[in-house]
Amino acid sequence: MNFPQPLLQACHLHKNFGGQQSIIDLSFHINEKECLGIIGPNGAGKTTLFNLITGMVPASSGIILWQGHPIEKKSGAQLARLGIARTFQNIRLFKQLSVLENIQIAYDSQLTYSVLGSLFSFSQKNLQEKKSIAAAMDLLAMFEMTDVAHEPASSLPYGFQRRLEIARALALNPRLLLLDEPVAGMNSTEAAKIMELLRWIQKEFSSTLLIIEHHLPFIMELCNRLLVLNFGSLIADGAPSQIKTNPAVISAYLGNDNDSEE
Amino acid sequence: MDYFAQQAINALQLGSIYALIALGYSLVYGVLTMINFAHGDLFMVGAFFCFLLEKMIRVPFWLALLLTMLGTSLLGVLLELCAYRPIRHAPRVSAMITALGCGLIIENITLALSPYPRHMPTLIKNSITSFHGITISSLQLVVIGISLLLMILLDFIIRFTRFGIAMRALSSDRLMVSLLGIPANRIISMTFALGAALGGAAGLLYALSYPVISSSMGMLIGWKAFVAAVIGGIGNIRGALLGAYLLGATEIITVSLLPSTYRDLVAYSLLLLVLVFKPYGILGQPQVVRS
Amino acid sequence: MILNDYLIFILITLIINAILCLSLNLVNGYMGEFSVGHAAFMALGAYSSAIITVKIAPTLPPLFLFPMAVLIGGATAALAGIPLAFLSFKTRGDYLAIITLAFLMIVKSGLENISYVGASRGFLGIPHLTNLPWTLFWGVVCFLCLRNFIYSKWGRCIMAIREDEIAAEAMGVATRSAKMMTFMISSFVAGVAGALFAHQLQFINPSSFDILKSTDILVMVYLGGVASLSGSLAGATIFTLLNQLLQPLGIWRMVVMPFLLVLLMLFRPRGIMGFREWSWVKIHRDRSDH
Repeated sequence: MNFPQPLLQACHLHKNFGGQQSIIDLSFHINEKECLGIIGPNGAGKTTLFNLITGMVPASSGIILWQGHPIEKKSGAQLARLGIARTFQNIRLFKQLSVLENIQIAYDSQLTYSVLGSLFSFSQKNLQEKKSIAAAMDLLAMFEMTDVAHEPASSLPYGFQRRLEIARALALNPRLLLLDEPVAGMNSTEAAKIMELLRWIQKEFSSTLLIIEHHLPFIMELCNRLLVLNFGSLIADGAPSQIKTNPAVISAYLGNDNDSEE
Repeated sequence: MDYFAQQAINALQLGSIYALIALGYSLVYGVLTMINFAHGDLFMVGAFFCFLLEKMIRVPFWLALLLTMLGTSLLGVLLELCAYRPIRHAPRVSAMITALGCGLIIENITLALSPYPRHMPTLIKNSITSFHGITISSLQLVVIGISLLLMILLDFIIRFTRFGIAMRALSSDRLMVSLLGIPANRIISMTFALGAALGGAAGLLYALSYPVISSSMGMLIGWKAFVAAVIGGIGNIRGALLGAYLLGATEIITVSLLPSTYRDLVAYSLLLLVLVFKPYGILGQPQVVRS
Repeated sequence: MILNDYLIFILITLIINAILCLSLNLVNGYMGEFSVGHAAFMALGAYSSAIITVKIAPTLPPLFLFPMAVLIGGATAALAGIPLAFLSFKTRGDYLAIITLAFLMIVKSGLENISYVGASRGFLGIPHLTNLPWTLFWGVVCFLCLRNFIYSKWGRCIMAIREDEIAAEAMGVATRSAKMMTFMISSFVAGVAGALFAHQLQFINPSSFDILKSTDILVMVYLGGVASLSGSLAGATIFTLLNQLLQPLGIWRMVVMPFLLVLLMLFRPRGIMGFREWSWVKIHRDRSDH
């Protein structure tokens, strides 16, 4: 086979919570360097899908392949170290820790010094710690957050907390970055800034993006391919222009419920 | 066979007392998801209260029971009002430490006032009935009978009264209840009163059964009842009863096979064992953690 | 000589308390779990070190015997920390607190039934090996090591677990090994304190390590300040001195201490130095060179 292998492939995923089916027979793939958007009404299973991919909850059945290897058995931390990073819908920073420490934690899984090394402060530890701080400060500089590096994360304004969460995910050096509603609760100027940031990340870090977003103009503009979920099933997969005119999507969004925006 | 029947009655007696105390832990945990570590000391105060009543004014048994329950429930409400209400929205750890502190305060005040164990006067004429070689004292009958009566009463209150329904609503969704205009504070106070009253009754029954009372019994016996509540699944009423009788039986078996100093060791090992295999107790449900 | 025996005794007690306080603060303050079982680790350290100095190697020269006994005391306690750490993988909050409580009761009533160490009568005839220089030495070692640990990736990891375990997991934090290490280190340090305690008093019995001992340590931690090394030192100092000052009150002193704890929870739940440090305690790695 000389097809390029997809970065991540999901085959026939199912997830039940009690009796409720939250993901039903979902299969899709993401190629390297792609920017894939996931849209769908509330409760369509988008965040559950993220939780499955990142190992936060186990799938009821189905396979997830990462570069051809099954990963459903791995823990969230292992997947993070493989290169799958995420942000959360409701921002989950380490609130009482400083901005710098938030970033450093993402680097910590790469530091190799032992517990004894940390207790007795061997030189190897100090060297690695210094490197990690330098790397974290570089990253913060790119995100224009050098000034607040020593402030507690909870003291940042909302928009900056979002940026910090994205920066923290990037510190893992991810091959795949999952963003759960990155512009939720933002006005259009702030959203435009995040869009600019994500474009820049795509270019600078050449990472693959998987984005959940309700803000349709935003995601249509940013992504080159969209998945549409409804009641846990995949109802469309294609370029934004195709999705716009897809009858199944239109009925899911406009058909029988009137409470969705856009 | 007779031996086993005899031990079963002993286990029933001990289990009933544990059950009354364990219910208090569970009721409070149900509405506040808070471990009221001071509850064991309310039980101890119940025993001392009854002791004082009998020393100062000799009152008949039923009046002593009523007054003791009233006294401890007042103390329970006071405790909730002064110590627990102000920190209700603080982190759970704060609540746990406060409860631990309150328990120690009550225990040590009692210790300071009464440094030596006291001997409880008899309240009930203890006649022994023999039935096919199994002896059962009237005291045992009273202890088991009153416990069952109180449990049935509690069940009735929880199931059928407005207060009971509000209490159950409170334990399933505290925010919703206050939105619906149910006076959550009053319900919580009443829950404390109810739990403390049962604890007080247990204190009295314990003092009659094993008539040496001391300030440390809140920790020795009260915490055992707590263990029982956790084994059954804290917050769950039926679990508390199950755990209490299970623990009562385990202790009676232990004491009949091993030196009595192994009692605590076995009881707490049982707790650890249950928690390893059933992390939320036998009948308990995991708490819903908000994400 | 300015330091009379009484003052030396107080000073040694203060340092032992500070070591205990640092140990508990690692689990309760930095990792955000709630242990009420630290008296058990202390007991294990005290008993195992006393077994070494009384039963196994009483003839060795003290200069060699004592550090060995203290280390073995710590190691025994650390081993006992392993099962608790395993239990903490699945359980958090109230239930973990209950497990530590059960652990404490099991250790205490277990010791009451082992006649080799005197059962409930207590362990007699422990040599008086704890002196001020040794206590100071162990105190400084524990403080520096814990400080290094906290200002390292492990320290950050356990604080991340405290703040948000799910997010920590998503950031690649190996939560299980971090918890394991923390429980082991914390119980090791408590064991060291226990060994010093045993060789200071020369007599230990199981009821010196009951829930009251644990609450004493809790008072120190929550008085001084959670997640703070400075707070641990401050808490232990204030607690020890207050305990001495209140001595004339007799039993009523045992009412004042928990009352203080309740007042703290009401008015200053994080303690005096909660989440803060005196500047000399901090390690500024990015600003100055080491």
